[in-house]
Amino acid sequence: MFVTRRVDFSASHVCSQPSLSADENRALYGAAVNPRGHGHNFVLEVTLDGEPDPVTGMVFDIKRLKDIVNESVVRPMDHRFLNYEVPPFDHVVPTAENIAVEIWNRLEQRFLGEAARLHNVRLYETEDLYVDYSGPGTGGTPA
Amino acid sequence: MIRVTRRYRFSASHRLHSGELSDTENQALYGKCDNPYGHGHDYVLDVTAEGPLDPAVGRVLNPATLDGLVAQYVLKDLDSHNLNEDVADFAALVPTSENLTTSIKARLERVWKSAFEGEWPRLAAVRLQETKRNGFELST
Repeated sequence: MFVTRRVDFSASHVCSQPSLSADENRALYGAAVNPRGHGHNFVLEVTLDGEPDPVTGMVFDIKRLKDIVNESVVRPMDHRFLNYEVPPFDHVVPTAENIAVEIWNRLEQRFLGEAARLHNVRLYETEDLYVDYSGPGTGGTPA
Repeated sequence: MIRVTRRYRFSASHRLHSGELSDTENQALYGKCDNPYGHGHDYVLDVTAEGPLDPAVGRVLNPATLDGLVAQYVLKDLDSHNLNEDVADFAALVPTSENLTTSIKARLERVWKSAFEGEWPRLAAVRLQETKRNGFELST
């Protein structure tokens, strides 16, 4: 059974690569290259996969899930400029794709040895653009 | 692999009525959707692409490229149109949301390689929301 918890955080970012020219960066990242940054209300859906415990009737304690997501993601990223304040985005371009992978990496280890495992992270950058990541190797080829 | 989904909106009218069925059968099957004057919806279309991620670039695709493809080959023909009267796909096909989802997927598959030349990203899914209560999805 899948259990999904939704949280949101607001953060700013710049998407550009120092190794590319201004024109190349603009072609690749569009308006997101503005060096002073811009922000989004990111919405994160964290999905766990497991079986309901026969005694508690729960796949995972939602309060603990909330605490884990808040500690690992929301507290470090909310109201931050990702490029300047949240490693590894000092050297990794904070696109929605890369943020989703970083969130996966932060969360996956928190569920090692637990009854439920991390199944998917879905990150909405806006209402009209979101990414799904289910870990390396999913879909038949390495991420 | 990572999946990127982009959401689009369009408004269109249609009438569900099959030439293969009698008026009574159409009325029994399609109910109020068989109203001869038609009716409309604000459709929500989610297009999902999938590909491997190069962390240095951080992009599976450029959303602007997908936007251009969807605008030219889907939205231009469908938005603010009468599906039965204006869209050739439905000259002989009932514009149910099942058929509309199939048509949109086929339209995107036909031109996908013109915008995305390599093996990746590939078109992974098309999901159409006819109303808040009815959703239709095709994986590829």
